[in-house]
Amino acid sequence: MDFTLKIWRQAGPKVKGKFETYPIKGISPDCSFLEMIDILNESLVAKGVEPVCFDHDCREGICGMCSLYINGHPHGPDSQITTCQLHMRKFKDGDTIWIEPWRSAAFPVIKDLVVDRQAFDKIVQAGGYISATTGGVPDANAIPVSKKHADTAMDAAACIGCGACVAACKNASAMLFVSAKVSHFAHLPQGKVEAAKRVQAMVKKMDELGFGNCTNTGACEAECPKGIKISHIAKLNREFICAKLG
Amino acid sequence: MDTLNSKVPAGPIAEKWTRYKSEQHLVNPANKRKLDVIVVGTGLAGASAAASLGAMGFNVKIFCISDSPRRAHSIAAQGGINAAKNYQNDGDSVYRLFYDTVKGGDYRAREANVYRLAEVSNAIIDQCVAQGVPFARDYAGYLDNRSFGGAQVSRTFYARGQTGQQLLIGAYGALSNEIHKGSVKLYARREMMDVVVKDGHACGIVCRNLTDGSIERYSAHAVLLCTGGYGNVYFLSTNAMNSNGSAAWKAYKKGACFANPCFTQIHPTCIPVHGDYQSKLTLMSESLRNDGRIWVPKKIEDAEAIRAGRLKPTDIAEEDRDYYLERRYPAFGNLVPRDVASRAAKERCDAGYGVGTGKAVYLDFAEAIQRLGRQRIEERYGNLFQMYQKITDDNPYETPMMIYPAVHYTMGGLWVDYELQTTLPGLFALGEANFSDHGANRLGASALMQGLSDGYFVIPYTLQNFLSDHIHDGHIPTDLPEFEQTENAVKERINRLFSIKGNTSPDSFHKQLGHIMWEYVGMGRTKEGLTTAIEEIRKLRERFWQDVKVTGKADEMNPELEKALRLADFLEMGELMAEDALEREESCGGHFREEHQTPEGEAKRDDERFMHVAVWEYKGEGERPVRHQEALSFEAIKVAVRNYK
Repeated sequence: MDFTLKIWRQAGPKVKGKFETYPIKGISPDCSFLEMIDILNESLVAKGVEPVCFDHDCREGICGMCSLYINGHPHGPDSQITTCQLHMRKFKDGDTIWIEPWRSAAFPVIKDLVVDRQAFDKIVQAGGYISATTGGVPDANAIPVSKKHADTAMDAAACIGCGACVAACKNASAMLFVSAKVSHFAHLPQGKVEAAKRVQAMVKKMDELGFGNCTNTGACEAECPKGIKISHIAKLNREFICAKLG
Repeated sequence: MDTLNSKVPAGPIAEKWTRYKSEQHLVNPANKRKLDVIVVGTGLAGASAAASLGAMGFNVKIFCISDSPRRAHSIAAQGGINAAKNYQNDGDSVYRLFYDTVKGGDYRAREANVYRLAEVSNAIIDQCVAQGVPFARDYAGYLDNRSFGGAQVSRTFYARGQTGQQLLIGAYGALSNEIHKGSVKLYARREMMDVVVKDGHACGIVCRNLTDGSIERYSAHAVLLCTGGYGNVYFLSTNAMNSNGSAAWKAYKKGACFANPCFTQIHPTCIPVHGDYQSKLTLMSESLRNDGRIWVPKKIEDAEAIRAGRLKPTDIAEEDRDYYLERRYPAFGNLVPRDVASRAAKERCDAGYGVGTGKAVYLDFAEAIQRLGRQRIEERYGNLFQMYQKITDDNPYETPMMIYPAVHYTMGGLWVDYELQTTLPGLFALGEANFSDHGANRLGASALMQGLSDGYFVIPYTLQNFLSDHIHDGHIPTDLPEFEQTENAVKERINRLFSIKGNTSPDSFHKQLGHIMWEYVGMGRTKEGLTTAIEEIRKLRERFWQDVKVTGKADEMNPELEKALRLADFLEMGELMAEDALEREESCGGHFREEHQTPEGEAKRDDERFMHVAVWEYKGEGERPVRHQEALSFEAIKVAVRNYK
C-alpha cells in the first residue's frame, strides 16, 4: 500500500512546528501503524534526515506511551485500541494520513510528536492511591468485595493514562482520567476511608494544571482505547459533591 | 574478586529468613534521613522498593526511562501472580510453591532465595489488596484463582488479563504517595549511563536526560538496579521497545558479576512472526493454556494443505489432530512449563507439521467454548482475544489462534547474594535484573511475585543491614573525581558514536544481531552453532563501530542515539550469552544443548558437572571474562529428573 504522510515536525518545545509531507510506498496491510513509522524513519536515516520522534514502548496496547493524533482521532480511526495496535489495513491504498501530537496546554510538545504528560502523574501524586504503606495490612480475604463492585472497579482501573481523553476533548478536560481513578477506589471498601480527601485533592490539582472543564460531549469515551465509560464521571461528580457536603 | 559469598543464613530452610530478620542490623529513624538511595527503574521491583524505602524514611531518588513510572514493562504482564495462600483448599503451601519453583527452574536456582520468595508471597497479595488492586473475585466476594504452567494447584491471582498493569498501578500509587510526601524524588525520561564507583563501592550514577540530552550526576549510599532483563538482545521479543540491558551491563563492567547469562525464556504462546518489518512480538498469556488446547495436524499432507491455504483448521477432523502436549505429557497436558511447551512446538514445526508460515501451531478454544459457553470464555480472556483479533485480523472465537515461541524473559542477570547485593559493594539488583530465583526456567506468574517480593519485603530489610554501616558517611558530593571521570567517559562514548558517520542504522545492526542470537542462541543450541555465533557477533560488533550512522545531536531528544548506545552493549552481551551457553555442556530448563538430550528429546542435565551458577567476571576490554562458580546444594528438596509426564 502507498500513503502520503503529513507529519507534525517541531524541533523543540519553544520552536514553531509545521507539517512536513512524506510519501511512503510498499507498506504491507499487516504492518502496524508504528512499524510504518519505523520504516519511514529508516528511510529518513538513510537520507541523513533526522527521523520523526514519537513516544512508544510496549507496542501491545497496555503501557499508554504511544500517543498519536491521526486524521483527527487520538489513536487513529479504529475503536478501543492504542496507536500501536492500529494496522495499516484500516486505511485505503493511496490515503493521505495526518499525524499530530496530543494538543493540550497541559501536555506541551517536547519534540515532533512527543508531548510531556507529567501532569497526569502530578494528579495521581495529589491523591490517586490508597495510603497503605508496606506491611501491617490484613489478610487479603478479610474484606470481601462483591463481584459487581470489584468488576466495576476493574473497568475503571483499566485506564492506561495515555491522555487520549484530553486530546479528544474540545476543552482538553482530564475528567475521564481523573474519574477512572476516583471511581476505581470509590467502588472498593479499602478506598472509601480516604475517598473524600482523594477526590478533592485530585480535582484541585487537575484544575491547577490547566485542564479544561467537562461539558459532557462524550468525545473522551468515544476515543478511549480502553472503553472507560463516562458514567465514571458521574460517579466522580457524586463523590465530589458528597465530599464537599462533608 | 574474592570468593563468592552467598551469605545464606544457617539453619533449616524454613527458619532462615526469620533468623536473618532477627539478626540483621537496623538504622534508626534519625539516621535514615541522612542516607540516600538511588533506585533505577520503576517497574514492580523499582516502584515497590522506592515506595517501601521512602516510607521507612530514607531519601530516595528514582529514575525512569519513560515519561511516567506507570509505563514500565511490568505493566505488560497479563496472566497473574502466584502466592501460596491455599484459598482453594487444593493442597497448596509455602513448601509446595517453593518446590514447584525449584523444580520448574530445573534445579539451577538458589534454594534459600526461592524459599524466601514463597514465604513472602502471601504478604504480597495482602499488600496489593490493601492498595486497591482489583483482583478477580468469586460471587461470595472472595479472591479467585486460576492455574498456570508447572503447577497442579490453582494459586494464581489475576486481574482479568491485565494483572501486571494492576500490580504496577498499585506500586505506582504507593510510589506517588511517597513522592507527594517528599520522601522520594522522581526523575522521568532519564537513562542510566553508568555506575560511579569510589574506593570499590557504588556511590552514584551518571544519567542522560532523554528530553534535552544533558548528562547528569547523582550520588547515594546505595544504588538499586531494577532495570529488568535483556531479552531485547534478540531484537524480536515480547519486551517493550525501551527495555534494554545496558544498566546491568555497565554494572558488570564496573565489577558486578553476571550470572547465567545464557538462561533465556522462550515463551510458547506468542503471535508468530509475520514480516521482516516487524518490531516486536506479542505475547498471548499463558493463562490461555487453562482452556485452550494446542495442536497441529497429525498428517503431514494436512499441514502442507493448511500452509498452502487449501484447508482451514476447522476442516481437520478431531481424529486427525495431534494434541501433542496432551500426548507427550499426560499428567500436565497443556499446562507443562514454558520451556517444555516451547521445545515441543519447535519439534513439531521442524518435523514439518507447522501451520501458517510453518512456524506456528494452533491454540484452540472450540472445545472450551462448547463446554463453558462463549460468555465465560469472554469473561476470562476477552481482552486477549480482542488483542489477537486486532493484530491478526482473525477471530479466535471462530478459528484457532496461531502461536509460536518467542523470547520473553531472562532468568540470568546480575549475581546477587541473599541480601540482593551484587559483587560490587553498594550495588543491589532486584527483579528480573538479578538471577537468583528462577534457575534455568521461570514458571508463569512468578515474575510479578519476584519483583514485588524483592521490592516490598526483601530489600527493606537487607538494605538496612547494609546501610547500618554507613550512617557516618555523610552526604556524598557529586564533584568528586570519580563522577568527573565517569561523566567524561560517557560523553566520549557518545562522541565516538557520532564521529563514525557510517551508512547503517542502529536498527539494521540490531536486526542482524537478533538473527544471529535467535538462530544459534535460541531454543536449540549446539557447540558448532555457538562457536559460529561468537565469531559472527564479534564481526558484527566490529562493523558497528565502523559503520553505524547516528543522526541528530547529543544535546537534544535523540532516539537514534539511545538505540545506538543500547545496541553497543547488546553487541557485547550477546557474546557473553553465547560463551556461557557454550560452556554449559548440559541441557537444563530453557537452555537446550542439542548434544545433551534423552532419546525422547527431553533436556538432559549434568548435575555432576553443572550443578552450579556460572558467574562471569569482567576483566577489561578485549580480555576473556573469568567464569566463577557458585555451587548449588539442595537440602530441603530431593533433586530429581523433571518429569511432567
